[in-house]
Order: sequence, then C-alpha cells, then structure tokens
Amino acid sequence: MLGFHVVKRKNMDWWKAWLIRGASIILGAAVCAVVIVFLTGKDPLDVFETMVDGAFGTERRIWALLQGIAMLLCISLAVTPAFKMKFWNIGAEGQALMGGLASAACMMFIKDALPNWLLIFVMVVTSMLAGAIWGVIPAFFKARWGTNETLFTLMMNYIAMQIVSVFISIFATGGSGKIDVLNASTKLGWMPSVGGQAYLLNVVIVLVLTVIMYVYLKYSKQGYEISVVGESENTAKYIGINVKKVIIRTMLISGLLCGLAGFLLVSGADHTIARETVGGRGFTAIMVSWLAKFNPIFMVLTSFLLVFFEKGAIQISQICGLNASFSDIIVGIIIFFIIGSEFFINYEIKKNAKEGGSK
Amino acid sequence: MAEVPAIELKNITKVFGDIVANKDVCLTVNRGEILSILGENGSGKTTLMNMISGIYFPDYGQIFIDGKEVEIKSPKDALDYKIGMVHQHFKLVDIFTAAENTVLGLKDEGRYNLKKSTAKIKAIADLYGFDLNPNKKIYEMSVSEKQTVEIIKVLYRGADILILDEPTAVLTPQETQRLFSVLRRMKADGKSIIIITHKLNEVMEISDRVSVLRKGHYIGTVDTDKTTEAELTEMMVGKKITLNIDRSDPVNPTDRLIIKGLNCVDKEGIKVLDNVSFTAKSGEILGVAGIAGSGQRELLEAIAGLQVLESGEIVYNNPATGESEDLRNKTPVQIRDLGVRLSFVPEDRLGMGLVGNMDLTDNMMLRSYSKGHSLFVERGKPKELAEKIVDDLEVVTPSVQTPVRKLSGGNVQKVLVGREIAAAPTVFMAAYPVRGLDINSSYMIYNLLNQQKEDGVSVIFVGEDLDVLIALCDRIVVLSSGKVTGIVDARETTKEEVGLLMTKTFGKGGEE
Repeated sequence: MLGFHVVKRKNMDWWKAWLIRGASIILGAAVCAVVIVFLTGKDPLDVFETMVDGAFGTERRIWALLQGIAMLLCISLAVTPAFKMKFWNIGAEGQALMGGLASAACMMFIKDALPNWLLIFVMVVTSMLAGAIWGVIPAFFKARWGTNETLFTLMMNYIAMQIVSVFISIFATGGSGKIDVLNASTKLGWMPSVGGQAYLLNVVIVLVLTVIMYVYLKYSKQGYEISVVGESENTAKYIGINVKKVIIRTMLISGLLCGLAGFLLVSGADHTIARETVGGRGFTAIMVSWLAKFNPIFMVLTSFLLVFFEKGAIQISQICGLNASFSDIIVGIIIFFIIGSEFFINYEIKKNAKEGGSK
Repeated sequence: MAEVPAIELKNITKVFGDIVANKDVCLTVNRGEILSILGENGSGKTTLMNMISGIYFPDYGQIFIDGKEVEIKSPKDALDYKIGMVHQHFKLVDIFTAAENTVLGLKDEGRYNLKKSTAKIKAIADLYGFDLNPNKKIYEMSVSEKQTVEIIKVLYRGADILILDEPTAVLTPQETQRLFSVLRRMKADGKSIIIITHKLNEVMEISDRVSVLRKGHYIGTVDTDKTTEAELTEMMVGKKITLNIDRSDPVNPTDRLIIKGLNCVDKEGIKVLDNVSFTAKSGEILGVAGIAGSGQRELLEAIAGLQVLESGEIVYNNPATGESEDLRNKTPVQIRDLGVRLSFVPEDRLGMGLVGNMDLTDNMMLRSYSKGHSLFVERGKPKELAEKIVDDLEVVTPSVQTPVRKLSGGNVQKVLVGREIAAAPTVFMAAYPVRGLDINSSYMIYNLLNQQKEDGVSVIFVGEDLDVLIALCDRIVVLSSGKVTGIVDARETTKEEVGLLMTKTFGKGGEE
C-alpha cells in the first residue's frame, strides 16, 4: 500500500518558517495571476502594477490605505486578548457596531448641548461602554454557566445589527432608508483633523494602542494570567487564578476596544451609522490576529497585507469592469495560501513505510 | 482437551518510542472460557487488548484465531473475526437511545429498520439476562446501564470474543454481581471473555484462568482454582528488588497535617474518598500506595485546595506560629494567605504543574507572579531561579528561554520539583514524581525528597512502585477504592502486605 502520512514537526528554525510563509505569499500571488489572466486576459504584471497603484497611487489612496489598516488593526487588537485566552470571540463585529451606534446616537441627540471636546469625550466613553456590555454578556454566561462563547458572540452580532436596523428605520431621513452624514455642516462630534489629515489622529491612536497592547500582553500580570488561562485552565486553578474573573475581565477589555473601534469608524471616518459600518472587519480581525500569532507588532504587518490586497483588488475590478466579488476572490486566495503555509510549518509529510510493523 | 483455542497470541510486542508496552506476550483463550488479565497500572493490559481489537498494530508477534494466523489492522477487521471490545471509557452518543447507539455505524443488509433492530436487541438482552430498555436515551442512564449498552453493542455485531476493560471499576458491588451472572450466561453460550482487572477477589470469583502481566512482560497463566490471592499478588508485583535509597530516621517528628474523615464524590456522584483519615508528620516521608484511581489525586487536590469535599477536616499545624488552621474548602490563594507553605507536584506535569508553551522563566513565576503591587511581572528573579535549577538539578535544556514542552520527561519533572522546593515548603506533596523517568533522574528526585525530609518538611509521596515506596518512605498509607485499608510502617512491611491491602475490597466481610 503506497501512501503518505502526516507527522507533527518537532521544531523548525524561525527563518525557515518565515521562508515558507514568504514562499506561500508568492505562490498565492502566482495563483492570483493565473485567475486574473483567465478572467481579464491582461498581463498579470500590469495587473499587479494596478494593484500597487490602487493602494499607493495617490496621497488620498495612501491615507485610505492607512485608515483601512488602522481600523482593521484596532479591532484585531481588541480580539487578541480574548483569543490568547482561547475565548473564541467572533462577536467583534457586533461589539464594534454597538460602539458605533452609541457614537452616532450621541452625535444625533447631544449636538451642541455640550462643547465639542466634551461631546467627543462622551462619545468615546459611551461607545466603549456599549462595546464592553456586548462583550461581557457572553463572557458572564460562559463563566457562570459554561455556555459556548462562539455561538453566543456570533448571535450577539445579529442582535446588534437588528438594533441598528431599528435605529435606522426610526431616524432615517425621509424615505431614504439610511441615515445621512451627521452634523455635516457643524462637524460636531467629528474627529478633528490634524495637519489637514482627517485620518491622522485615527492612525496615531491605533499605533499607540498597538504598543500598549503589546506591553499589556507581554509584561503585565494580567497578560500573564491570560496566557496561563489560555494554555491550561487546570494550571490556572492550580496556582490559584480565578478563571471566571479573568474571562470576564479580558472580555471587558476586548469589548472596550471594539467599542473604541466603533467610535473611530463613526467619528473619524463615516460620520454616520449603517449596518455595514464595521464592514466585516470583526471577522477579518480574527484572521489578522491568528496570522500574527497574537503578537500586536506582527499584526501591523498582517493587517497591512490584507488591506493592501483588498484595496488593490478593488482597483483592478474597477479598471477591468469586474464586480466587487473580484477583490474577495483575490483576498481569499492569498489568505488560503498563508493559512496553508502554517500546515507545512507545523507538520511534515512522510512517505509510508512499505508494511507497518513487519520487521 | 485438545481443542483449538478461540484466540491465541504469540510473542506479541509493542513499543512506543522508548517505552516497551508489551514484550513477548503469549496468551490463549478457549471457547466458553473467562480469562482474566491481571496487572498493575502501566503493565500493558490495555495496550495488549487494543492490539486484539484493531486499535494498535503489534510490532512483532502473531495472532491466531481458531488456529489460523490473522492480521487485525482495524476495529472493523477485529469485528470480522468476531472480536468485540468494551472500553473503560464508554463511547456512546448521549442524545441517542440505546438502540440507536447499537446500530450506529453498522451496514446491515437492507434498509435502516430500527424496529427490527430493537427486536434483535431485546432478544439478545433476554438471552443473557440483561435488563435494558432499548428506547431509553443514554444521558438518562446510569453508568451500569451505559455499560450494558456497550456490551450489547458488541454482541449485536456478532462478537464471539468479548474484551472488557476494567468493567467493574465503575460499578457498585450489586451491579458487579449482576454483570458477573450475565458473563456466566455468555460463557455457557460458548463465548470467550477476556476481563482486564486488578481486583483480586473478582479475578478469583469470575475467571477460569488468569494471565498476569508486569511492566509489559508476560509473567504466566494459572488456573484460578489452583492458585491463591497471595500467589497472584506476587506474580503481579514481583519479587523484592533491592534499591539503594538512603533512609534516615525522622528527627523529632510532630504532627504537621491531620486529615480527619475526608469524603468526596466525583462528577458522576461516585465516592472517590471515603472517610479518609491519617496524619502527616514533619521530618518524615509519608507514602501513599494504591492502584491508580483509588482516590490519590482527589486526596492531594483536596489538601491543595483544588477539590471540594463533602465532609472532613484538614488541620494544619503551623510550625512558625504554633497555630492550627482548617484548610478544608479553601482556595489555593486563601491557603497561601494563611501562611501555609504547601508545595504540590501534581501527577499531570504539563497539564497542571507547568505550562508547556511557556519557557522555564515564565514557568518559575507561576506560583509567585502575583506578589507585590506592581501591574507588571518581574522576570529577573524567576530567571535567576530558573538558571539555578538548571545548574543544581542538571536540567538538560538549550536555555531558560526554551518552552518546557520541548524538554524530555525527566527534565520537565526536575523543573517542576525544583520550583516547588524553591518555595521552601513545610508540606511537600508529590504525585508519581518519578513516572517515566530514567534511573538517574529518579534517584535525583528521591534524594531531593530525602533532603526535604531532613529539613523537617512533611513529605507526602504518592507512588506506584512498591519497592520504591517501601525503601523510601517512613510510613505508608494504603488506599483502595477511596478508603484507607491500612497504614503500615515501611521498615517493617512487605510488598505482599501492601499489595494485598491495595486490592482489598470491603463489603465482603474482608476486614481482618
């Protein structure tokens, strides 16, 4: 019987692992090229040039790219402590959306009742609280009754979306079915632009958060507790960690940051609320966090990679007259190869011996 | 009696890495016979049976069924040769009924017909005297009913050779009797039955012949009616081996830990500690002997504050203050806050004592990271400690930044024991600290335990090797099914005495 079997690798040098990862991205790009040629009949090199152009072509595009990275990174930072604890929070979408909703509501109802700086401060606080509530509910149920957090957080997404739908249907302008840009003339509650750049403050805030999260996870006692609980709950109990407390506390942090991301999306970019405000970043963030092995610094790279391919692919689809699904296809192929490479890093494939056990 | 045996094993050998699980095992089972396989934990009983039932494939050796050599490569092959195994841990789908579980995965001729299957299950149950409702769902069943389903499952598949792995471990004495009467009926019907067990009285009661394994080696087979419990014990535990472990006399021992009437039940409501009482003294090593699963883990975890007790008292006499504290149902942190310096080397080293993916330094901090008011962890001292342990205990590791899961078993244990000793304990508990270790590492651990004893620490040592227990400890508490069956002086006792206490069961007028 000829065949192969899969064996777990004992160890791999870090540079070999990175070589495999790099090769996988190149291979993924090659498969993308084949798909592109097949769909458009254009020279793949031209197409990649278009991609780079789509991401970096103009100053505006560069800022859009940076904003995209910052938002994705912010939500990725939010989910990371939970994932490190092996709490599968796939509810970042809903947590961020609730944060965004809180911000939008503040912009709508407070307006000039407060000075603008105080309004923004209130928006930050309410957004973070809203995200935290959405994150802590499933954590509480998990800690108290052992419910499955994956299903729970997923369902919370849908509830958040429905709440936003209700909000929109009540406050939508005219019969448009959506909420117009809020405070368009007064710019109340808008994130101030710094040096003429609307997104600069967003980017700076997220960069600072990245460093804080890195330090929190690596050097703080709470970060250490998160690692222990994630690696082995038995060990955590053995050394006297209150596992329930850590679960709730960590999801509180996760939810707070998701809420902050919602604030940044609404106050710093969209200035309105829609069901699509978070735009699936709550799910993409899971990938960013995993691919970076929960290291916030690496997450800058992985979120850049994903946003770059996304922006580039959108550019191609516009030029070649393809629809938006095209960028999903390209990003999907790249992610497939990156994730696939982890298999070859962790396992090796061996040829079967001729006959088992007959020596 | 020149009949052809139902199944015959010749020189079966199975090796896992460096560990020899079975070496040259030879067995025969005849039609209409009950064979017991007797052996301590880790003697290779289950591995051997897994090879007959197609879960493992032997490295060497032959298997004959009805005189013909066969190759059993999968559980399906085993079934084709009419071999069925009832595992110790049931493999049933909780939300299915008994009947649904029974037919699950079967490719009967014709269509899926639960009514027909149910009738067949009823017929089997009636034939052997099982008491079972085929339409009852598994999650509504008691442990003994679940076991019945497992047995019917293999009978339904037409098994003529049944293997039962520790079938009585989870049963009450009454349920055990019922099981035995069913087994006798099956035997009368011509089935061959292999029972894995370590309960001597049951071996004597139910089996026709007994095969004994010890540390993976085949020791021999005897007819039950021509042997005694004493002879079987000797076969099981072996002749005394002389070990060169130093043993000093305890220096003015005082009562350090007084355990009074501990009772504890597990998740399924089965009693795992039954009125356990003993005293651990300072400056002595108290051994705990028993077949695995007799309550050792629960006992240590109860003392460490990890196990909720039904009743009982754990009194700790603090040598620093002279005060007594009741540790019962306190959390590890509360125990620490009382000033009790309790060190615990759990059985599950990487799953409990250490975190496999963390490096040596981070593992050193497990016990001490929360000290002080800083928000941040302090890695300087833990790193020094890790380096000191690596030096002192000759831990083989590339560096203190290596994740502990990459170290070998002996080195992992040195890291764990080293950390626990560094906490300067007054009570030191170790569960199977030398399991899987080579001779040199084992001796290093014994010496460390002896050092602790000489420093006036009360050492509690849960072991499985009786030679070691008798050579190292001062006194030995013997547990059997959660009860203390005896507390013996290790200098006076013999392996046979301890072995008998370990397998002693109550409820049969067995008290002496």
